[in-house]
Amino acid sequence: MLCGNYEKGLMEKILVLNPDWCKGCGICAAFCPKDALEMIQGKVSLKENNQCILCGLCEQRCPDYAIFVSDSGK
Amino acid sequence: MKKNVLMQGNEACVEGALKAGMRFFAGYPITPSTEIAETCAVRLPRERGVFIQMEDEIASIAAVIGASVAGKKAMTATSGPGFSLMQENIGYAALAEIPCVIVNVQRCGPSTGMPTSPSQGDYMQSRWGTHGDHPVIAVSPSTVSEVYTEAVRCFNLSEKYRTPIIFLMDEIVGHMREGVEIPDAETLEIINRPYSDVKGISKTCYHVDEGEWVPRMLPFGEGQRYNITGLLHDESGFPTNDHAAAKKLMERLMSKISSNYEDIVRVEELLMNDAEISVICYGGTARAVKEAIFEARKYGVKAGMFRPITVWPFPEKELYPHLSRLKHIIVAEHNNGQMLLEVQRAAERSVTVSFIGKIDGTLIRPEEILQKINEVQHDKNQ
Amino acid sequence: MIKTSDLVFRTMRIDHLPHIWCPGCGNGILMRDVAAAIDNLKLRQEKVVIVSGIGCSSRAAGYLDFNTIHTTHGRAIPFATGIKLASPELEVIVITGDGDCTAIGGNHLIHAARRNIEITVIVFNNNIYGMTGGQYSPTTPAGEWGTTAPYGNIDRQFDIPQLAADAGASYTARGTAYHTQQTIKAIQDGIAHPGFSLIDCYSPCPTYYGRKNKKGSAVDMMKYQRDHGVPAEQYAKLSDEEKTDKFIVGKLSQNEYPGYTQLYQQLIERSQERSQKKVYL
Repeated sequence: MLCGNYEKGLMEKILVLNPDWCKGCGICAAFCPKDALEMIQGKVSLKENNQCILCGLCEQRCPDYAIFVSDSGK
Repeated sequence: MKKNVLMQGNEACVEGALKAGMRFFAGYPITPSTEIAETCAVRLPRERGVFIQMEDEIASIAAVIGASVAGKKAMTATSGPGFSLMQENIGYAALAEIPCVIVNVQRCGPSTGMPTSPSQGDYMQSRWGTHGDHPVIAVSPSTVSEVYTEAVRCFNLSEKYRTPIIFLMDEIVGHMREGVEIPDAETLEIINRPYSDVKGISKTCYHVDEGEWVPRMLPFGEGQRYNITGLLHDESGFPTNDHAAAKKLMERLMSKISSNYEDIVRVEELLMNDAEISVICYGGTARAVKEAIFEARKYGVKAGMFRPITVWPFPEKELYPHLSRLKHIIVAEHNNGQMLLEVQRAAERSVTVSFIGKIDGTLIRPEEILQKINEVQHDKNQ
Repeated sequence: MIKTSDLVFRTMRIDHLPHIWCPGCGNGILMRDVAAAIDNLKLRQEKVVIVSGIGCSSRAAGYLDFNTIHTTHGRAIPFATGIKLASPELEVIVITGDGDCTAIGGNHLIHAARRNIEITVIVFNNNIYGMTGGQYSPTTPAGEWGTTAPYGNIDRQFDIPQLAADAGASYTARGTAYHTQQTIKAIQDGIAHPGFSLIDCYSPCPTYYGRKNKKGSAVDMMKYQRDHGVPAEQYAKLSDEEKTDKFIVGKLSQNEYPGYTQLYQQLIERSQERSQKKVYL
């Protein structure tokens, strides 16, 4: 799943979720400064009103490397 | 050029090890092995090697394994109580196939025992001290000269078969001073562990090629990134719960020793060609046995000495040819009967086996062995 | 293809991921911090050695793409000592746990600190024995619970960085799973420091420590770290009363005592002079 906040001109970076590795602890969602994430059926998901600013805090605190900010080209 | 030097057994151990290429020693002081650490402390820095006195014997063997992983030929030395502490990591080295030499200058036990008194009470522990099934090679010298040459051989075996070697000395040999003939450097074979030239990520660091017995991983830092673990692992070096992979690993570990028995086993046979009574002994005990054998021969008793130098694996194949001729075997050891069990197993009741041992810290004297020989000779004639 | 970040791709053995740790376990976060610190320092992969002992923390070695060795319980530090002394050019990093490092391995910790050998010890401190199912450890606070403390733990807890510093460690710091930036910085500085470094990292264990002690979910345990961990400058300004439930995140102590391999090199040079004089043998 590739998500990104395209409207804000941050096209070069995207948020990537890997549900295969997500163990559903909810740390990313709990500490997201924009409250942009939610847990659905034990897996992380980006909320519909995409508030992600690609700060990468979720990536740093995800124990399972299941969410990260990536350069879109890759 | 050959050189004659007066040397203590413990010193000869260090000199032999240095000759074999030992450049790392970690140890903890314990009687009667301490001179090995002291000599290493003097000698190793001059060879640009490492000597470190660790906080205990567990740390000593751990540091030795670490140094070996980084490519150094490494050794530690201890005695009974310290040898007990080292057991877990000896098993680690056996399973992870890290070459190293563990010197045990045996003293009278159990527990703190009699630290300055001789014993051979760790014979079985050197085979079965660590938990689980595992391969072991143990070597026991009986003269100071032999301490030197066998120390070299211990390193060679360790490198060749990537396995810990127990150099099972005893207080008699360790503390004795005698003339040592230092062999010519050229006459000594020095073996180094086999290496591969694969660089980068190694996903098969524990793979063993057809016709070989051990993996060829490079030392840490030389460009081959792999994993070492004390868990049962597959060829990749990563833990496995696959029973087939576990079986494959364990069978290879056992067979790399058992299949190379001829290369590993060494014995000394003295007047065994026509012997009817054989005294089986090893290490320092052999010195008294030799005297008794020569004495017995003077009285016309066909006595001989069979001395395993490699004590594990037990040299049973070397003993077999003698069994049909022998009328009696006497096992002499400074314990309550440990190699005795191996001899009884090998003799399979075809020959009567009797025992002479000491567990009070005193030495078995030649006349006691001679008396035993006379006893069994008398029994034989009845 | 496995979807993962560049950092994880560069520094971890992704075919061995996902890891075995429980949901919400802090070890995964801390392992990434270690990887990020090494990556930031631009160390050559083949010159980095990761040594671990036994326990939950020890599994990190297998996931990290360096020279890795998973040793015996409590003995990671002496294994690392042997590796570092044999090859001083290697960057040797120990990943250990509270039980591994301070109970069964406590003696090795203080002696390695005393020698000030140039290795970096990173403690994944989860206040419990997780791998065996929740027994109290040397960092379980008195009065708390474990499966082997069914009537409450009466043992007092170690302050691991204090213990290491008092024994002679020349760099100590504290990190947490929550404070990733500060923890990465502390680990980075610890690796770069030319002496014995110890970084004690709080790792939430929601499965055993958390559940046994009613600490809530992984998120609740991370919130506790957020609300109680403060930088040293801020901590210094707090009143004694305020300090009682706060702890410092970041560097705790540092000094310039010479490292062991450096001293050993000098010893080798001294021995060369002496051998010319033929003092012995």
